Amino acid sequence: MSKSVLLVEDEPNIIEAISFLLERDGWTVRIHSQGSDAVEAVERVKPNVLVLDVMLPGRSGFDILKDLRNDNTTKDLPILMLTARGQTKDRELAESYGVSHFMTKPFSNEEMLGKVRELYAASTDKV
Amino acid sequence: MPKSALTGSRIREHRLMRGLKQADLARQIGISASYLNLIEHNRRRIGGKTLLSLSEVLGIDPSILSQGAERAVVAELQDAAASDADTVVELDQIEDLVARFPGWAAKITAQHRRLRALEQTVGGLNDRLTHDPVLSDKMHEVLSTVSAIRSTASILVATPDLGAEWQARFYSNIDTESRRLADSSASMAAHLDHLSRKEASSATPLEAVFAALDSRGYHLEELEKGATPEELAGKMAEVDSEEARELALDYFANYRADAAAMPQDEFTQAAIELKFDPAGLATRFNVPLEAAFRRLASLPRSATVPDIGLVSCDAAGALLARKSPSGLALPWFGAGCPLWPLYTALRSPGVPIRQVIESEDRAQFIALALAHPSGPLRFDHPPVYQAIMLLIAQDAEVSESAIQVGSSCRVCARTHCAARREPTVITQS
Repeated sequence: MSKSVLLVEDEPNIIEAISFLLERDGWTVRIHSQGSDAVEAVERVKPNVLVLDVMLPGRSGFDILKDLRNDNTTKDLPILMLTARGQTKDRELAESYGVSHFMTKPFSNEEMLGKVRELYAASTDKV
Repeated sequence: MPKSALTGSRIREHRLMRGLKQADLARQIGISASYLNLIEHNRRRIGGKTLLSLSEVLGIDPSILSQGAERAVVAELQDAAASDADTVVELDQIEDLVARFPGWAAKITAQHRRLRALEQTVGGLNDRLTHDPVLSDKMHEVLSTVSAIRSTASILVATPDLGAEWQARFYSNIDTESRRLADSSASMAAHLDHLSRKEASSATPLEAVFAALDSRGYHLEELEKGATPEELAGKMAEVDSEEARELALDYFANYRADAAAMPQDEFTQAAIELKFDPAGLATRFNVPLEAAFRRLASLPRSATVPDIGLVSCDAAGALLARKSPSGLALPWFGAGCPLWPLYTALRSPGVPIRQVIESEDRAQFIALALAHPSGPLRFDHPPVYQAIMLLIAQDAEVSESAIQVGSSCRVCARTHCAARREPTVITQS
């Protein structure tokens, strides 16, 4: 079974770039563009890694992260947050909610890909 | 602290360049050779008539020899050095820098001032970024767009086997995102321009006024000739914000009132006659003592008018006016030396104080200070005081009982001073 990423992001061109990169790296990529039902999308898709934007229509990535960490089935899911809000208070908030890694935009493709691989590897080591 | 080697060394340099013997030059300007020797070795301060005579004999502008401006530059360079602890600079050679490369020294100090102003701007913008949701959203949009462009461009560069269809799509995406970036950054710039006009000013309002007054030597010819404060403020490039304009207008209004009460020619003549005694001048012109202080400091320096400095502060010690005399650089930022009689005067409002002070350059001044109410006195309202201090250069007379003062702690090397509030940067070299 191929490893999968759920990308929760609402910027079409970022979605296209990230999904292209991940697919070329061998990942199965699923896209979700709404914040309001993102938690349900995670439960439905059951990805190996979640790439989560902060500013989403309907609901903030912080709230989604918090819900996922409070759910036993997703509390250990590797979550990479991507955000243009790179202020210290945002990073600290994400860390307090249990984010796996917090990455600020603009990021390099290598950095993003490397972190997805790393989070996945760390999660499989735990199993 | 290295002594201010500037003026004396420069005089010596110019004398030697002209092949003049010390004794010959001394004779031409009417002082003893031994006194000139002390001056050349920076053991005696020089100003007034002696400086003018020397510059005339040496055939150069007095300002080239004057150390006041240079001392101020040295102090600012020291402050600049202290502001960046990571870069080691040759603190002991600052005066050489000023003497040998005055243009570079001026450039560094101007950039230092600009940097300080920009730091304040950045601080203000940072606060705004945190608290202004509109700006935060615009910034988010710019960064998201940049992120899309960066990722897409990297794919195009790093994927040589990319199919034509993908290539076309990614080029199209870059085109779309770059247009969006242009729009969003223009929108953000417009927002910043609208909101941060105040922060974008080149200096704090008070510093802008200081700069404007400094550039005119605190003598405002336009006001002397009847221009209105508004007309003058409009001509001053340094007064570049509404807040600075307000401060400048207040200052100009006082200046104009002083000029009307003490017309320049009549006042200058009286000042010479009364040996620049502000109390005598205040009596003769029937003005408050502090007005006579201000008027004396506004007189242009000449062969008959000595170098006169002025500094005033509010009750918290914050400087409100600063005209540096040669030999004592008054700070642009922060507070001055706690030992200045200016601050002593605040302890006894209404009591004039006279004290001889000596700067680190061994320049001596008669310091005349007074604390006075800043507005009309009223019942049931505590008076608000300001202090003002006049600094009249002592050319040749040397007082043994002079109080040793500095400019401000950061750039003062009197390490064992009981009044020190923070370490100096001078000894850190």
